[in-house]
Amino acid sequence: MPKDTSIRSVLIIGSGPIVIGQACEFDYSGTQAARSLREEGIKVYLINSNPATIMTDPMMAEKVYLLPLTVESIEQILQENEIDAVLPTMGGQTALNLAKEAEDLGLWEKYNVRLIGVDIKAIDKAEDREKFRQWMIALGVPVATAKTANSFLEGKEFAQQIGFPLVIRPSFTLGGTGGGFVHDKNDLDEALNRGLQASPIHEVLVEKAVLGWKEFELELLRDAADNVCIICTVENFDPMGVHTGDSITVAPAMTLSDTAMQLMRNTAIRMMRDLGNFAGGCNVQFALNPDTEEIIAIEINPRVSRSSALASKATGYPIAKIAAKLAIGYNLDELENQITRTTSAYFEPALDYVIVKVPRWNFDKFKGANDTLGLQMKSVGEVMAIGRSFTEAIQKACQSLENNAVGLGYYGKSLMHADDLLEYIKTPKWDRLFRIKDALMAGISVGTISKATNGIDRWFLYEIQKIVNLEKRLEKYDLTTLPEELLREAKVNGFSDEQISRIIGHGNEEDIYQRRKELGITRVYKMVDTCSAEFEARTPYFYSSFEGGNINESRVSDKKKIIVLGSGPNRIGQGIEFDYCCVHGLLAIKEAGYEAIMVNCNPETVSTDFDIADKLYFEPVYWEHLWEIIEHEKPEGVIVQLGGQTALKLAERLHEKGIPIIGTSFDSMDIAEDRGRFSDLLKELGIPYPDYGTAYDVDEAITVANKVGYPVLVRPSYVLGGQRMRIVINDDEVENAVVSLLKHIPGNKILIDHFLDRCQEAEVDAIFDGENFHVMGVMEHIEPAGIHSGDSHAVLPAFNLSPMEVTTMEYYSEKIARALNIRGLINIQFAIKDGKVFVIEANPRASRTTPFIAKAYQIPYLNIATKVMIGASKLTDFRFEKKLAGFAIKEPVFSFNKFPGVNKELGPEMKSTGEAIRFVKDLRDPYFRQLYKDRSMYLSK
Amino acid sequence: MTDKQLPAVLVLADGTVAHGKAFGAIGTATGEICFNTGMTGYQEVFTDPSYYGQILIMNTVHVGNYGVKEDEVESDNVKIRGLIGRNLEDGYSRKLANGSLEEYLKANNIVSIEGVDTRALVAHIRTKGAMNCIISSETTDVEALKARLAQVPDMDGLELASHVSTTEAYEMGNPDSDVRIAVMDYGVKQHILHCMTDRGAFVKVFPAKTALETVNAFRPHGYFISNGPGDPSAMDYAITTVKEILKEEKPVFGICLGHQLLALANDIPTFKMHHGHRGLNHPVKNLVTGRSEITTQNHGFGVDPEAVKKADHIEVTHVNLNDQSIEGIRVKGKPAFSVQYHPESTPGPHDSRYLFDQFIELIRQHNN
Repeated sequence: MPKDTSIRSVLIIGSGPIVIGQACEFDYSGTQAARSLREEGIKVYLINSNPATIMTDPMMAEKVYLLPLTVESIEQILQENEIDAVLPTMGGQTALNLAKEAEDLGLWEKYNVRLIGVDIKAIDKAEDREKFRQWMIALGVPVATAKTANSFLEGKEFAQQIGFPLVIRPSFTLGGTGGGFVHDKNDLDEALNRGLQASPIHEVLVEKAVLGWKEFELELLRDAADNVCIICTVENFDPMGVHTGDSITVAPAMTLSDTAMQLMRNTAIRMMRDLGNFAGGCNVQFALNPDTEEIIAIEINPRVSRSSALASKATGYPIAKIAAKLAIGYNLDELENQITRTTSAYFEPALDYVIVKVPRWNFDKFKGANDTLGLQMKSVGEVMAIGRSFTEAIQKACQSLENNAVGLGYYGKSLMHADDLLEYIKTPKWDRLFRIKDALMAGISVGTISKATNGIDRWFLYEIQKIVNLEKRLEKYDLTTLPEELLREAKVNGFSDEQISRIIGHGNEEDIYQRRKELGITRVYKMVDTCSAEFEARTPYFYSSFEGGNINESRVSDKKKIIVLGSGPNRIGQGIEFDYCCVHGLLAIKEAGYEAIMVNCNPETVSTDFDIADKLYFEPVYWEHLWEIIEHEKPEGVIVQLGGQTALKLAERLHEKGIPIIGTSFDSMDIAEDRGRFSDLLKELGIPYPDYGTAYDVDEAITVANKVGYPVLVRPSYVLGGQRMRIVINDDEVENAVVSLLKHIPGNKILIDHFLDRCQEAEVDAIFDGENFHVMGVMEHIEPAGIHSGDSHAVLPAFNLSPMEVTTMEYYSEKIARALNIRGLINIQFAIKDGKVFVIEANPRASRTTPFIAKAYQIPYLNIATKVMIGASKLTDFRFEKKLAGFAIKEPVFSFNKFPGVNKELGPEMKSTGEAIRFVKDLRDPYFRQLYKDRSMYLSK
Repeated sequence: MTDKQLPAVLVLADGTVAHGKAFGAIGTATGEICFNTGMTGYQEVFTDPSYYGQILIMNTVHVGNYGVKEDEVESDNVKIRGLIGRNLEDGYSRKLANGSLEEYLKANNIVSIEGVDTRALVAHIRTKGAMNCIISSETTDVEALKARLAQVPDMDGLELASHVSTTEAYEMGNPDSDVRIAVMDYGVKQHILHCMTDRGAFVKVFPAKTALETVNAFRPHGYFISNGPGDPSAMDYAITTVKEILKEEKPVFGICLGHQLLALANDIPTFKMHHGHRGLNHPVKNLVTGRSEITTQNHGFGVDPEAVKKADHIEVTHVNLNDQSIEGIRVKGKPAFSVQYHPESTPGPHDSRYLFDQFIELIRQHNN
């Protein structure tokens, strides 16, 4: 059926603030859906409370509502607009749950709004564990033995019947919240209680654990004519027992025979067709018994998901975009393949590469959290890597993680003994992959490791064994004796130059690089084209590999180019806001007449959608990869201001190589980042700052602390999100803090600042073009100093500071911007005590609050800042009309419920995972008054 | 992959050379180069008689991961002449497997080469078209290999079906069945037979050049014209047989080569495609029902679309959504139909198996 013309306006529901289990992949899907519907001439209305999203940009919709995701907000939108249909499948479980709540209240019916893309009755069948089970049994699809309990007593009784190990799964929760494995009777009570409490309907499923089975996920699309196709099959490296969001995953499926594959495909299609009457995307998970190849259904999600975002990036098939078209009536066989533009959208992508996704965890931010992986998702982000083999892809994924891995290995760290390793890998933890490699290095067999890990497929381990064998061969050589063939083989299998130099213990990254370039061992770029090269495609979506013949598919145009560096995996302190910045940077670069090239490895992002930049390199934001892209593309320069600290970190190498950094120079950035140089500058400018000193050991630290005066803030230099910052009040505490710091980051310089107790904090975001200075916004924090700015409620504009204080901040900001000769963005943090304004720090880049200000004032600040950076525009070219009645509040959102037992107190180290925006008319607003009253509640000692 | 693999070399008829490493049997092999985009089911593909005479590139980058299993075959041995891959795997993990791919290829004497840029090679064939090639792991003397390659006949005009057809007729299924199907074997895949016997049919498989008289002694209720390798237009004997079969006015079903033969028997010409369709993901629209299906395909020849459209006695029932090529036809006024793709789909999605139901149903209706 062609487009349903009765749908002229659609409301898309977003997923709200970023929490663990629901991240920026829903900005990606929401954005795709909005664009997909708009190109059909449909009026799109959007609701999302998350300001750092592209989907809530004015360019995305007829009207954007930055409102809390509640039925009240929905009703307001329906009252104010003529809306024909609502699409609730793009905003994760949050949007589906909200749509269901509105349905239960009769809102959709009242306003004559159709639900599209989903069958509302299907939500229950998919989400309610017991209904799902009953449905599967009726459909003849095997499931694990289980029983639903609504009380503690029932749960205990069923556990006894089913036997251990078992799983507790709460109904209606996100990312497996509150669920867990129970291996024996002793742990049952606690797990049962937690599960029942986590479920909004006080219901858990007590299920037989199928530990050791393999886990697979299928991404499906279905249209109104009941055509179904499988876009991607993803295999989990980790066997059953680890949440798929916390699993290393691989596509295409690596260890599946066609018979097993078709059994899953048939079952998944049967499930989707039977789930209800809807057109759109769907995700089905299965477990497979490796001994018999029988399968059981684990779950079905009738919406786009984190997995479908990954599948879209993995295959090049834009699932959300097509799902949106199916929701408004199109059939799959009426649409074209978005990549080839000549073939049909109704097909199943064929991959001639391997993708590996590795999650990124932040356990260091959640002291006391249980870091064992299980049913409940704990990772905060993920990376994806593409290679022409599993070995290449997994090593690239490790290089993307930004946790000091230079490949599958850290090197230089003392290894555990074989026995300890074998014991360690029995429990899934964030570093198990690395320990498995260590175990293979120690000579433990693939079979033993497969058993110890309760079923990691031996094929994956054989592949890691290949890496280990290569490493052992490499060890025998030095730079001068290293044979060409071995070097080539190492590169083909994903070893980085740095990794090779550390293994041979000779020379450095640069030496290996030179050596291989002399031998003609160089990266080639291959296209992600959905069809394994069967058809010609022109999609500018590339990844690197090493191939004999050096055939390169990424043709360099004769246009002037600018590269934008992305921010890598999401983590606390660096998340969706930098994706937002990169997208606008890319669009501004295009508008300014340049070719915009994106480099990033985070599959959840909008900036890695293949049609945002002119060219996308899905590669690690890692020096070696970046450098070869630069050598290939020869850009005018590289923008590091938009990709957070990840991108900024690469500025020094770029500077050394003589690659122009677009905007603020490396030296100026270094002044801002280096505490000593920055304080000298402030002194010179006559700007007050808290007294400080630096130290390398405990004795020095105590001397400095006494000199600057207690309380003091102790922290390492060059950190992200206040990592390992402590506020201490005496010599003993200084000693503890310094010892702990040096243990984790040996050799680091330690900064000791006088802490301005009970002062007020504020921050300024601004743009400087070399002549003119523009203050984007002044934000005052509701909480007093001592809480990381990312965890504070920030009010725009300042509400309690005197005009004199605000003017002083603006004045200091301009002085600093001029002194640093900023081109583009700068963020400056202030402390105000007794009317005196102190500068705490300056960040010469886009900050976490830049998107928030852009949304609050409705000014395209990132577009303007990028054009200023490039030198394409001056600030005087723009008119700044700040549209804000009252105040906008940036509200931090935490994911503490994922970490029972973690201290929820806030301090100088950032812990929030996301943010929402809240508009208040004036300071009498009850929401604001409550916030203000509670401002010191969560402050840590 | 071992540390000590012999070097291997691939030479195409147009002079393109690629170096890699030896896998499987050590030796030299020649044939027409083609590629398959499927990501599962390599063993079924390798044993598919339609691949006879071809050297196959597997586009998917890891092949061999789940080993080989005795019963996941389409014939009793490997039919491809040689294999080209990016990473051919000796190590496998499948617990139900009987052995590794490497042992299997060695036992079947199949020369293979790995470590080549298969993607670049596929793009090359996509542009230049199918051509002959030679792979060798016993010599790297490119000039000698070129000389040998020059002796290899062109696939166009080559009759290959009789080389892979059964030499003796054989039966499968329940002999008491009310549905008896005569299978003209031009290289039939075993799972095609299973798809019929699983639906209660009794089948008898006849050597390619069996006279219709002999076939009819089986008293079939319907005829199946099988898939197979080579150029259908070089198979005069088979075209004649199909023409005779059509005169019997009994249900006829053809797959792939059988589809092309049904067309030829109705005076619709076939042609050699630029580089063929081989994979598990080809979209086909059923014009009768309006529904679409994801199909398994393996063909290097096709039915002339212009001639079909002009032919009053032929109805096009299925088209390919990617390139609008003819995927299925029906002979008007006769219970005869055929599809270019593989509804038995081993390997591949099972979307099209309904065609076997239709065939059996057609026979039952006809019997009454």
